[in-house]
Amino acid sequence: MAPQNQSQPSQNDLPYVLILKPPPSFVIFGDHFFNSAKFQFLKAYESPLRLPQFLLAHAQSVQAVLSSGGAPVTADTIRLLPNLRLVVTTSQGLNHIDLSECRLRGISVAGAGTIFSADCADSVVALLIDVLRKVSAANRFVKQGLWSSQGDYPLGSKLGVKRVGIVGLGSIGSEVAKRLEAFGCTISYNSRNKKPLVPYTFYPNARELAANCDALIICCALTDETHHLINKQVLSALGKDGVIINIARGPIIDEKELVRCLIEGEIRGAGLDVFEHEPDVPSELFALDNVVMSPHNAVFTRESFEDLRKVVVGNLEAFFSIEPLLTPVVLDDQPHFPG
Amino acid sequence: MESIGVLMAYPMNSYLEQELEKRFNLLRFWTVPEKSTFLATHKNSIRAVVGNASAGADSELIEVLPRLEIVSSFSVGLDKIDLAKCKEKGIRVTNTPDVLTEVVADLAIGLMLAVLRKPCQSDRSLGKKVGIIGLGRIGMAVAKRAEAFRCLINYYSRTEKPEIKYKYYPNVVELAANSDILVVACSLTEETRHIINREVIDALGPKGVLINVVRGPHVDEPELVSALVERRLGGAGLDVFEHEPEVPEELFGLDNVVLLPHVGSGTVETRQAMADLVIGNLEAHFLNKPLLTPVV
Repeated sequence: MAPQNQSQPSQNDLPYVLILKPPPSFVIFGDHFFNSAKFQFLKAYESPLRLPQFLLAHAQSVQAVLSSGGAPVTADTIRLLPNLRLVVTTSQGLNHIDLSECRLRGISVAGAGTIFSADCADSVVALLIDVLRKVSAANRFVKQGLWSSQGDYPLGSKLGVKRVGIVGLGSIGSEVAKRLEAFGCTISYNSRNKKPLVPYTFYPNARELAANCDALIICCALTDETHHLINKQVLSALGKDGVIINIARGPIIDEKELVRCLIEGEIRGAGLDVFEHEPDVPSELFALDNVVMSPHNAVFTRESFEDLRKVVVGNLEAFFSIEPLLTPVVLDDQPHFPG
Repeated sequence: MESIGVLMAYPMNSYLEQELEKRFNLLRFWTVPEKSTFLATHKNSIRAVVGNASAGADSELIEVLPRLEIVSSFSVGLDKIDLAKCKEKGIRVTNTPDVLTEVVADLAIGLMLAVLRKPCQSDRSLGKKVGIIGLGRIGMAVAKRAEAFRCLINYYSRTEKPEIKYKYYPNVVELAANSDILVVACSLTEETRHIINREVIDALGPKGVLINVVRGPHVDEPELVSALVERRLGGAGLDVFEHEPEVPEELFGLDNVVLLPHVGSGTVETRQAMADLVIGNLEAHFLNKPLLTPVV
């Protein structure tokens, strides 16, 4: 056997981080994306064994899991990992992790922190301007050569006079508010708790918020309470001049009802980055020029992937060095997340 | 005032047409097959011209309308009006400033975000250097919005503005070399025609993005097209073109290029406000009251 390099621990000494399914970063950049000299990955998805068998056979000593939206950490999975102490997720959302179970067992959770907030907020503004000013639709119009033959394009609507209602005034919601204020919009919000230091008008529920705004922006987490929060009543309150933007989670909106409202012209338009059953998107929306859609990539900028890499690797390295996590999720004040 | 002839070059807004018809004898120039005969017949009744971004009052038209008193443009841009000739002949000129500033700036940002957020891999706006050519009303409105995205704002203007906190560059090439996104926001004059030329495009470079929401002739369009096709320029968001409504077809297949059909001021609210200014200015003139938004 060749002599090992004494200054580096051998692969066999490095602690394992379990990955159930490849995160988007692996798919886009390759599976070296989160490499570190301080840990190695145990890739459940490369094994022919079904997950429970794999965990029993290979993962009993595992202390850390790297999760992503498509690789949920359920109570069942947690129970098969007796030494699990940390879940790191590559996503902004936490709804795919059983936080109650983590809290029960004293398992720490580290998320993306605020690294995605600016990019998410940019996407919100991009979608909102697109819907109001018909950017995507007019781009298609020109690129199909229709300007010469069909003449002037129909008028859009001015952004600055819109009353903006933000559902969820966390890090993303705050970044959205800052941007839209620069365009002249007035901001109001609905949140679990009223925020006394914030200069925006608070509404106690989504329906009242919708009734008092022209553009409803969904920036909250998906929880049991927020599932189908945007329902028939809220959409009706938003009204036929209202626009809805969702970059958070598809199930926050009753999608069937949204599609019906859009087809019937009961709301003005929608900008959607997320859907109830991704990657399935209701085909009725494809033909609607007042609906702008993106494939759940609001945070996918080159720069945010690099930020993510640093945060994920940083959290895992800190954990194995018995140092504080960079972006710990405080489990005490979390609402109940669906398992 | 019903006998006052008001010549409108192109259809631009049906509310404007309706309101003008209530007050004046509106002559719809685009419906006339024999234009020179028409002008010869009506030259003694035409006392006003309503123009827009496509057509205003050039030297030729002014010459054949001896009773022309006022040109009221349904635009803020004055590049289609022979201002010198108007001054010479004592013809008043009005435009529609301020009411469209915000929506044009909104669209500039909308184009910027649309170009940066490409289908496959987007670029973040935060920290990007935005170079603005012309720091007038529209330029300042673009700057204010871009600042909210935490972009860094630099500018070029005919003269440096010491009270402005943004960094000044003394020429467009240097500004382009120090920008990730270059936004044209100045008015179109002899000096600014083709202000975006090969040299500026090269300085902006293969990662740079050009945004133009003001006038097509600011850009040397064939140079821009070849730079985009050859990937010597990173992307472009264009609302205006040299020969509207003609748009270079080579751009149609490019994902990093967003093309709009001159909709900068195209919102219901704005066009109404612009129309009200045109009507208000014409009424004021013929009632011998001060003009609302005179240029000349």
